[in-house]
Amino acid sequence: MIRRLLAVLHARNLEFVRDRGTLAFTLVLPLALVVGMGFVFGGPERPLFKVGVLGPHLDPAAQPFLHERYVDFVDQPDQSAALHKLTHQQIDLLLDLHGAPRYWVNTESPKGYIVEKLLLAAAPGASRQPVSGAALRYVDWLFPGILGMNMMFSCLFGVGYVVLRYRKSGFLKRLHATPLTAFEFLGAQVLSRLALILFVTVVLYGGVGALIGFHSAGSSLLLLLLAVLGALSMIALGLTIAARFSSEELVGGLLNLLTWPMMLLSGVWFSLEGSPRWIQWVAHAFPLTHVLDAARAVMLDGAGIVQIAPNLVFLALTALVFLGFGAWSFRWRIE
Amino acid sequence: MNAPIIEVRDLVKEYPPTTAVAGVSFAVREGVCFGLLGPNGAGKTTTVEIMEGIQPPTSGEVRYRGGALDTRFREEAGILFQKTALQDFLTVRQSIALFRGLYSHGLTVEEVIRLCALEALAERDNRKLSGGQQQRLLLAIALVNDPSVLFLDEPTTGLDPQARRNFWELVQSIKAQRKTIILTTHYMEEAELLCDEIVIMDRGRIVAQGPPRRLLHEHFADVLLELPRQDFPAAARALPLEILEASDRIEITTHDLEGTLRTLLAAQVPLNNLRIRPANLEDLFLELTGRELRP
Repeated sequence: MIRRLLAVLHARNLEFVRDRGTLAFTLVLPLALVVGMGFVFGGPERPLFKVGVLGPHLDPAAQPFLHERYVDFVDQPDQSAALHKLTHQQIDLLLDLHGAPRYWVNTESPKGYIVEKLLLAAAPGASRQPVSGAALRYVDWLFPGILGMNMMFSCLFGVGYVVLRYRKSGFLKRLHATPLTAFEFLGAQVLSRLALILFVTVVLYGGVGALIGFHSAGSSLLLLLLAVLGALSMIALGLTIAARFSSEELVGGLLNLLTWPMMLLSGVWFSLEGSPRWIQWVAHAFPLTHVLDAARAVMLDGAGIVQIAPNLVFLALTALVFLGFGAWSFRWRIE
Repeated sequence: MNAPIIEVRDLVKEYPPTTAVAGVSFAVREGVCFGLLGPNGAGKTTTVEIMEGIQPPTSGEVRYRGGALDTRFREEAGILFQKTALQDFLTVRQSIALFRGLYSHGLTVEEVIRLCALEALAERDNRKLSGGQQQRLLLAIALVNDPSVLFLDEPTTGLDPQARRNFWELVQSIKAQRKTIILTTHYMEEAELLCDEIVIMDRGRIVAQGPPRRLLHEHFADVLLELPRQDFPAAARALPLEILEASDRIEITTHDLEGTLRTLLAAQVPLNNLRIRPANLEDLFLELTGRELRP
């Protein structure tokens, strides 16, 4: 079994490496993303302090500090959400004007240090409560989404169209006349694509890290495990689509039907927090949502394996279910 | 007599409302070259694909060495389909190596390359081969597991005469190794040259079965006269002769050549374009079905 699987895996890898057009596209697209993200997000930050203020509304008469120039005061209705933002340096200081003035400052934030001096000059009696946490930029939040989206397209289209092409050309029919089983054939396709995706993802991760100074708070090994399970789940999903159909239009339509909702609803570009409950339910049926939720938890909040275990279990189970269904419904030839 | 290596029993394949194979039975003895002949649409490719285990029958069964078409059959069968594409971007050697890796036993890649005279093409991309070279590569792939039974489904269709003759020489060298070969073709010359036994199919049924010489002897004790259709007047059709009408010619079967020629001369049939030849398998098919093999 292993011998047959390796024979197909080796041939598929040779085919992929020699298909220069596809190879270039597979490597150039992520590199273009890296360069693009570096260009868009790599420039200097705007020199503006952002202070969160707890309270129903901002009243400049209540506190002279609120007259400071070059400081953006942002109303924060929810204290815990505001503290989370402060931890990630999305605001530089949090001020509570209910009763005697008190404030929270991130001791790791240089801007927090300066804006604290301004506050104490205006309100010397304000009580201090320190928090700590590294800065979080939008690019840090977006980065896992870009990685996940690239992975999704490569998994679904890369595998789906290859199997379809093999079926239409009659190559699958020829393989069917050998001792090779459907599971062995699909296993080789999964492993070949998985190796490629992991390679590209690692290159992208390292490239963006170097270009925009990204640093993950969590374990890289855990991220690798997440990437493996996420890619397996989405490759297997692509195989279920390509398992039996012979029409390029139909398979293309079905793949688009999957990728577009995933791209829009899995949180690649924006958080679904606050969206209707049913949308969140739909989003959580997609493997990409679980990849991104878990990746952000690990990369931004330093989550461990226990915290993201539900996501990992979901991805592992869906990979098994999709691969099993794909092998069961697989057709070697055009009916 | 050798025991059958493959038995086909009451095979039926339906594609409603069409019945492609309508109850076919025969046995293939080990070590022979067995031909399945018939025009396009006769059901021979469907029959052979069921024998190869590629598609299931509607009813009936195929037995290999007395058992079902199981893993052993797949390990011991070599198959050359009518149409096959290989994986892109692989050389001839790599294409053979891929298939060699799918079998537990067989020849080495180098042995297969030598056997099919592919040495000079071994490093060439398989997409850059001519039709004849492509068929030799596909034959090499069919031979990687050193098969006990080799299926060749219309292997020379579309090849030029030179490539076809080269391919026949290859098949004859394989046949000399006493391998069982199952060949489907609509080239009668090919069948007469290679096959020890044949089955002629038409509209999903067997219309004749046996060694080619015996079948010809049974149906044609005599010679065959061919005349262009335009040379044969309508009135001559009433002559007391055994006449078969093909699309462009009239064929007359006779054991009394002189008497037949006298009859034709008496009926003022022009004989300038007359051809006299022994009967072949194409004549046999025409005799049995009233249709030409090649539509």
